[in-house]
Amino acid sequence: MIRTQGLAYAYAGGSTLHFGDVMVPQGGVLLLKGASGAGKSTWLALAAGLVAPSQGQIEVAGQVLEGGATDRWRARHIGFLPQKLHLSPALSVHDNLALAQWAAGQPEDADRIASSLAALGVGELAQRKPAQLSGGQAQRVALARAVLLQPQVILADEPTASLDDAAAAQAAHLLAQVAAQQGATLVVASHDARLLQFFTQAGPVSVLNLALPQRAGVAA
Amino acid sequence: MKTLRWAWQFLWSRPLAAALNLLLLSLGLAFITLVLLVNHQIQQAFARDLAGIDVVVGAKGSPLQLILSGVFQIDTPTGNVPLADVQALQANPQVAKLIPISMGDSFKGYRIIGTTPDYMSHYAGVMASGAMWQAPMQAVLGAKVARDTGLRVGDSFAGSHGLGGGGHAHGQTPYTVTGVLAPSGSVMDRLILTPTESVWRVHEKDTALDAVDQKILEEEREVTLALIQYRSPLAAVTFPRFINTSTNMQAASPALEISRLLGLIGIGADVLRAFAGVLLLTAGLGVFIALWSAVRERRADLALLRMLGAAPRQLAALLWCEALWLALLASLLGMALGQGVAALLAVALDVDKSISLAALNWPVELLAVPALALGVAAASALLPTWEAYRVSVFELLQSR
Repeated sequence: MIRTQGLAYAYAGGSTLHFGDVMVPQGGVLLLKGASGAGKSTWLALAAGLVAPSQGQIEVAGQVLEGGATDRWRARHIGFLPQKLHLSPALSVHDNLALAQWAAGQPEDADRIASSLAALGVGELAQRKPAQLSGGQAQRVALARAVLLQPQVILADEPTASLDDAAAAQAAHLLAQVAAQQGATLVVASHDARLLQFFTQAGPVSVLNLALPQRAGVAA
Repeated sequence: MKTLRWAWQFLWSRPLAAALNLLLLSLGLAFITLVLLVNHQIQQAFARDLAGIDVVVGAKGSPLQLILSGVFQIDTPTGNVPLADVQALQANPQVAKLIPISMGDSFKGYRIIGTTPDYMSHYAGVMASGAMWQAPMQAVLGAKVARDTGLRVGDSFAGSHGLGGGGHAHGQTPYTVTGVLAPSGSVMDRLILTPTESVWRVHEKDTALDAVDQKILEEEREVTLALIQYRSPLAAVTFPRFINTSTNMQAASPALEISRLLGLIGIGADVLRAFAGVLLLTAGLGVFIALWSAVRERRADLALLRMLGAAPRQLAALLWCEALWLALLASLLGMALGQGVAALLAVALDVDKSISLAALNWPVELLAVPALALGVAAASALLPTWEAYRVSVFELLQSR
């Protein structure tokens, strides 16, 4: 579950970004829409507890994040799918996931890694290096990494950027499917109109429109 | 442990850069290893061969030459001194022990030393085979001499005139080997020891024209020098002055001369150390640049790890462990390389029949090598580690 009220973030330069209120139930989908600079990344950072709001309140996975959150909280509750995937080229697919377990302060669990990869249909690629994967395979691996620790919230940052229509639809479908399987709340930050179409057709979705310069409105 | 594993994998993800940095760091450490090894062994050799010798008395000339020739057998002696003068010193109340040394001949480059059994007792020589000499023209061989010449107990050989080999052979007066000493690491290993009388006999037989001439030569017998141990440390104050002012001989203090020599060698060692220091500094810079660019290249990856829950100190540890691996590998490689060069040097010195250097020596001073490597790596990793520590996930999210 994610709930915000009167949320705002003040940048070091002095400008303040105000966000509209949202209330996304556990297992729901929130789409952050807006052009570059509209505040999508800032909202994701607030939801991950990486930065603290200057005004208002944000509650994520039952925790009110007043002054940000600890690394361990983030490891337990947040899964993250970055735009550029950031799979380490030095490591195998298996090790990329094991590295995520290390980052979260958990012991390596080979069975969980195997089942996470298998659930996304890339179990047989465990020993390959990221350079040996196709774009779609790499995204599945990154998603397997994001949900490896069974987070309550999955944050996806521009997951379909630079993908063609078919690949974008597949990626969106995969995200929705994985989030649903895990019962996780899915937050997708994107300015890709195809995603809005996909998620609106797929089921109920909350949309937070982030507009330049500051004000945002909520539609459901 | 996991951090070390990831650090290892990240280090070798750029094999060329890692190998070059490793090589650079290893070269600097190899130099340090070599300087430490040679310095340690020379000091050890000096300490071993000088033990219990308070003063060396011989012909006037360079005191350092007297010490080098008389104690370490690596230089030509300053001349000879009358036997009667040395015998007089034996009776001096300040002298506890006097070992006469006579030299002038050699066999296949190894010096033949005329002395008394006290010489072997002084260096705690132990027979590996055979027994002590019982009469003139019998000889006991040092371990290295026996090994290199192939001589065994019962064999005979003729010395040749001069210390470097190549002089005319004293074929009429051969020596018989009665014993071979066990290796001791001391100067004795590369000497052929025989009673002082043997040296006199060889030269008198070669030069005496008749019985009268023989008689004259016997009256004018000389020795090359005498190794002396004082009865009391107080003798160090008066005895050398007495020798230097009241006799035609000179007294040289090994401690004084060797500290002077080590001072001279020290300049060379300092130059080598400085060179190694420059190499290490360059290597440190290399490690810094490698780690710095690693942080720059992997900034986003590191930020992602923060997003996945890694604490800043975990990322810092990851970088620091990469430096640690470099230090560890460079220490091993550097020490192996240093030992290898020392072994080559040992072979070269062995050919020269001068001071013995042992290969694969592990003095405690060598602990400085990994310590230095760690220091250089840690210093080089300081800034990159700090950079990794303060990686901002916010920046990652905002950079597209």
